[in-house]
Amino acid sequence: MSEGILKEQFDSLEQQHDASRLGLWLFLATEFLFFGGLFMGFAVYHLVYPLGFAAAGKLTNLWCGSINAALLLTSGLTMALGVNAAQRSRAPAASRWVALTMLLGAAFLAVKGVEYADDIHKHLVPGAHFALANQPPAQIYFWLYWTMTGLHAVHLLIGLGLLAAVWLKVRRGRWIGAEGAATELTGLYWGFVDVIWIFLYPLLYLIDRHT
Amino acid sequence: MKFFPESASTIAPQSDAIFFALIALSAVVLLIIFGPMLYFLVKYRRTNRVNRKMPKLPTMAMEVTWTVIPMILMMGLYAWASEVYFKEERPPLHAMEIDVVGKQWMWKVEHGEGNAEINELHVPVGQAVKLTLASQDVIHSFFIPAFRIKQDVVPGRYTSEWFEATKPGIYHIFCSQYCGTSHAQMVGEVVAMEPAAYQRWLTEKSPGSTQAERGARLFRELGCSGCHMGSTVVRAPRLEGVYGKPVPLQNGEVAVADDAYLRDCILMPAARVPGGYAPLMPSFQGRVTEDELFALLAYIKSLANVKVEGGQP
Amino acid sequence: MNDEGNYLEAGHDLKSWLLTTDHKRIGLLYLGSILIFFVLAAFAAAMMRLELLTPQGDLLLSADYNKMFTMHGVLMVWFFLIPSIPSVLGNFIVPLMLGAKDLAFPKLNLLSWYLFIIGGILALYAIVVGGVDTGWTFYTPYSTTYSNTHVLTMAAGIFIAGFSSILTGLNFIVSIHKLRAPGLTWFRLPLFLWSIYSTSLILVLATPVLAMTLTLMAIERVWGIGIFNPALGGDPVLFQHLFWFYSHPAVYIMILPGMGVTSEIITCFSRKAIFGYAFVAFSSVAIAVLGFLVWGHHMFVSSMSAYAGTVFSLLSFLVAVPSAIKVFNWTATLYRGSISFETPMLYIIGFMALFSVGGLTGIFLASLAVDVHLHDTYFVIAHFHYIMVGGMVTTFMAGLHFWWPKITGRMYPEKLGQLAAVILFVGFNLTFFPQYILGYLGMPRRYHAYPPEFQVYNVLSTAGASILAIGYLLPAVYLFWSWRHGKVATPNPWGATGLEWKTTSPPPKHNFAETPVVSEPAYHYPPLTD
Repeated sequence: MSEGILKEQFDSLEQQHDASRLGLWLFLATEFLFFGGLFMGFAVYHLVYPLGFAAAGKLTNLWCGSINAALLLTSGLTMALGVNAAQRSRAPAASRWVALTMLLGAAFLAVKGVEYADDIHKHLVPGAHFALANQPPAQIYFWLYWTMTGLHAVHLLIGLGLLAAVWLKVRRGRWIGAEGAATELTGLYWGFVDVIWIFLYPLLYLIDRHT
Repeated sequence: MKFFPESASTIAPQSDAIFFALIALSAVVLLIIFGPMLYFLVKYRRTNRVNRKMPKLPTMAMEVTWTVIPMILMMGLYAWASEVYFKEERPPLHAMEIDVVGKQWMWKVEHGEGNAEINELHVPVGQAVKLTLASQDVIHSFFIPAFRIKQDVVPGRYTSEWFEATKPGIYHIFCSQYCGTSHAQMVGEVVAMEPAAYQRWLTEKSPGSTQAERGARLFRELGCSGCHMGSTVVRAPRLEGVYGKPVPLQNGEVAVADDAYLRDCILMPAARVPGGYAPLMPSFQGRVTEDELFALLAYIKSLANVKVEGGQP
Repeated sequence: MNDEGNYLEAGHDLKSWLLTTDHKRIGLLYLGSILIFFVLAAFAAAMMRLELLTPQGDLLLSADYNKMFTMHGVLMVWFFLIPSIPSVLGNFIVPLMLGAKDLAFPKLNLLSWYLFIIGGILALYAIVVGGVDTGWTFYTPYSTTYSNTHVLTMAAGIFIAGFSSILTGLNFIVSIHKLRAPGLTWFRLPLFLWSIYSTSLILVLATPVLAMTLTLMAIERVWGIGIFNPALGGDPVLFQHLFWFYSHPAVYIMILPGMGVTSEIITCFSRKAIFGYAFVAFSSVAIAVLGFLVWGHHMFVSSMSAYAGTVFSLLSFLVAVPSAIKVFNWTATLYRGSISFETPMLYIIGFMALFSVGGLTGIFLASLAVDVHLHDTYFVIAHFHYIMVGGMVTTFMAGLHFWWPKITGRMYPEKLGQLAAVILFVGFNLTFFPQYILGYLGMPRRYHAYPPEFQVYNVLSTAGASILAIGYLLPAVYLFWSWRHGKVATPNPWGATGLEWKTTSPPPKHNFAETPVVSEPAYHYPPLTD
């Protein structure tokens, strides 16, 4: 493994890597606050309209949501293994794990697509033909459902793009220390996408089922 | 050139007292800061020959002093201003009630006696008046500078404010929350009158029927009476004696049948259904205007003390 | 000593500017762009002041007046004030103060500027094709349902410019953590860096909430239904909570950097270390943290519960404490100093007066019962202009003059500079002090026509604004002139401490011929005897 490229504003690779990692953590902090506005809205309305939210919460597709939770959590594991391999400079293993992670991510999106089609079929899109017409707060629930899962999917798509870039670099054999760092940073981002789903899954699929 | 606004409510002098205390405090603080600052700026100007050797200063003691003393002063003001605020927030029980609807770009005022006015609000002096505010469209704010009160008028809910005018006269009403193109034209006047003059005004301008009577008419026209009235009521609760009483809900909670709850029942009936009834009632969202809602509520309120023969209230 | 010449000579073509990753050049790119936005926003302000000369509302249609104050607010807040000190002076000075060659992520820094420009162009596009009339606060349901102006384009512009803020803040935080010169420990940092650090925390943590809030508003506007819609049981006031959760901390984005500039200048022109370094430093952090907890004081009359109101009121009183600590420490710094009155110092003296008045009137608005009367009146307008203009713009001018020799390698004409500082102070007070009285008398904000009894104060205010305009134009002229024709500046014309003065004026492309080493606390001026 050769040395990574040291940018002129840094004195050492270690300093450079530390800076990138801190930068990404800060970025993820802003991402959490970005979603925070939605979680806040969900919490407030859940408190104000327990009945409407309970009625709506039972209509989400538990199967799809659960399969997706499993897929994404597994992808978190494969990503961690990929980062680990990259840090030990085992390029072939790293490329395999990253590819598997991408596959799981894509599967998540596919399941999500099936679920969305099912939702549309069941008239769960807020608007004129909404299924629970006599429960206006249920529309708020589904409005939040679409916005939250939609934004999460956008983030996952960006994550897939980042993974593809890392994967290509590793495959092309441009294997330098900096890519080990890049894999780690991408892994950090993927972890964030995971964690958001860990919040969304119980909120949208579980908590209103028992009432 | 005027320096002080008119002061014409019981709250106004209390609010002003805090305002002037704040001005006094500000003056003292500015003096404490800028007295020494100007003195230092002159004395220690570079061209002046003075002793500049720094003595040993009790830094920590100084920092604590100028942190703690302002804090104590401010806590006093905080408590005082909050106390007056709670007075502003809580209307007295005997307050007379007037309904106000804000819509782009006018104020519509409805008295219980049936009198309605636009961009004017006639009130008696020496009598607490509680305004219940509703908005037909965007957020407005009902501001009477001479009374030192203001309250946003938010669509989808009732807000309220109260005052007791102390001086007959004509005072500004401003909409103080930006509400669109003609926001600056959403102004009006409070006409504070001696109680006798107010009574005269009420009878002279009386439309012949009260707000509750108008509500009763609407109650029939909208078809409410089909389910909520008559001798064989099973599908829906009767509304006599309901207003202001607790209502057990389907999910075990207990609501109070106040304006806010009854408003929700009409617009979003499925949200909080009374126990023992199926959620059959259709929503009247978009089918009644805010001032019609006020009339319906006035009618339900007028039934508060009516006893029903044989049925449970 | 340096064969590459200074940063201004490293390439003269457009490409060498538009593709630069040099933090100093990016700082100048920001300077140029925010000045354009400032001029446009000031034009809108001038139109408003002219309209308000007479009570009738005869110059502009009410719809046009509404677009003017929206344009003024949006451009001033997001495209001038927020980037003013952080993105212009911060970009230029932060790496120099750190003794670093550049910020941690130079390409990201350039990306920030491009995002800022794209956001700015979208905002200008929204204005040119017809304008927006919601006010800079975009309150629902007016913005989602009732306004038929270009709300979406404007929101998109602000959304994108917001990411520029986030990336700039992120860059500063990482740089201050990771790129300090050897020996430059946290408690040796110049206070400007502490204030930029606190500002950056807010930029990074508050701006995404604004982005989300604007997104929700936009989706609701497009979709026609949403979570702020009362017809579904949604709550338009929730929008205000989310909006002010960002926008109140944003107010501190618009004053903290100015406080940092003040600490630099007041020490330099009194030749003394700051009094109570740790207190001044931590008060910045305290302001940043407390600033996140006081958003509700914008909503005392919004129908929020009275108990929530008392909590927000208490916290708002508390947030005044760290600001007071700063002012007391600055005053104490002057004691037994050796004070001279060059232009930057004059601006700073003016700043302390204006900021104190602005801060004290903030306490009026934190007092619940008084706020009920003053809320949404000209009292509020006057209060936040004392902070935004009296605070941020004044310190921006102070900092610009202070670091002008470093930025351009030229001195500006001192006498003219002093004159401009005095004109700005006088013009500002004449413009905005009458507005306090107007507000107490009850004149609501965002009115293009008003009852005639308010006219006297409005005329005074407009007259003051014309003096204020001279206070802006004069420096624009002589600073521009001095870039070519000013006296050549030495590396350290003010005799200041701080690493930025240890390199040439203007600095070479990579800032320092060799990495500086720090062995002294900040503001280590030689002891004064007589």
